[in-house]
Amino acid sequence: MKKIGILNQGLWNNHPIFRQLLGMCPTLAVTTSALNGLAMGLAVIFVLLFSSLVVSSIRRLIPQNVRIAIYTIIIATFVTIVDIFFRAFLPPISKALGPYIPLIIVNCIILGRCEAFASRNSVTSAFFDALGMSLGFLWGLFILGSIREILGKGTILGFKILPSFYPPMVIMILPAGAFLVLGVLAGIMNRLER
Amino acid sequence: MRKSKFWSVLVLTLISCICGFFLAWVFSLAKDKIEENQKKSIKRAVYNLCPDCERIEEKTIQGKIIYCLYDKKNNLIGYGFCSEGQGYQEKIEVFFVVDKDIKKLKGIEIIESKETPGLGARINEGFFKNQFKELDITSSIKCVKHKKSEKNQIQAITSATISSKAVVSIVNKGIKKLKTLLGK
Repeated sequence: MKKIGILNQGLWNNHPIFRQLLGMCPTLAVTTSALNGLAMGLAVIFVLLFSSLVVSSIRRLIPQNVRIAIYTIIIATFVTIVDIFFRAFLPPISKALGPYIPLIIVNCIILGRCEAFASRNSVTSAFFDALGMSLGFLWGLFILGSIREILGKGTILGFKILPSFYPPMVIMILPAGAFLVLGVLAGIMNRLER
Repeated sequence: MRKSKFWSVLVLTLISCICGFFLAWVFSLAKDKIEENQKKSIKRAVYNLCPDCERIEEKTIQGKIIYCLYDKKNNLIGYGFCSEGQGYQEKIEVFFVVDKDIKKLKGIEIIESKETPGLGARINEGFFKNQFKELDITSSIKCVKHKKSEKNQIQAITSATISSKAVVSIVNKGIKKLKTLLGK
């Protein structure tokens, strides 16, 4: 039961995007389409899961004064693996996400969860925390990307869904649209919680 | 022991080394695949721009790769070349194909760009790239904001003048470079 509670923290109660407002750079920058959001979310699931597992399993060996440096090295390793994987097997997605894949290294969700949770809890708890947080990040990005893609291009995952007389709102694809949608969604989350 | 500075240095060094070796191993597995992808995207561009092309031969002159294109009867029909330069945000890499006298452009393809989505990124769209097809390049190409009046002009994308100009100057630069490399 406790594990489900931990999982739920990331999925809803303590949602990384709409509650903790972490990882804003990738959230705002890559969600120009639903597919990009999905790919970024999957990359973060991989990185967060593995770095949390590693950090949690070596937490007793890590000296306090260099812990952040060690977390960063571990995170950077997994991010580089994702980057290489995308370049080798999914070049179109790698092209679309551009520099944002390497920038997962400085995504504060990952460092934040390593420091606040994985370094203080058992490997299984760390696994569920990482899973919950990254799945929460994934659905957040997917919703954000879908709304921006529907309003900005009239398509979802590349399929046309809005009738052709609908004029696409280019602002939704631009950074300003990201802030607008994020603000509205965070507001809705707050309202639902009350 | 665990509180000492020596321990911190040791752990940090060990972890860095392990991660470094691990990454080197992963990269060595994927390296061929990545190179293959880049070659594939260039080949796809060639066949798109020049459907008569049957065989591509790579020639290296002064460290630059020139793609020589041959048709079915093994006649040289043109050259392909990669050129890069600064765009609005990041460098843009353009691949273009010219005829064998370097008098006409057959077309261009954007290999890599990180321009603003929705504005500068529209250099990747057909309406902009198609302007380069069959363009006269005896004099350098010009980028204009109004409707084009001369045959060596390209109309810039609305609200993405810098990206459009960058592509035009990259192509001009590439043509010049190709001419010097081939001694024409």
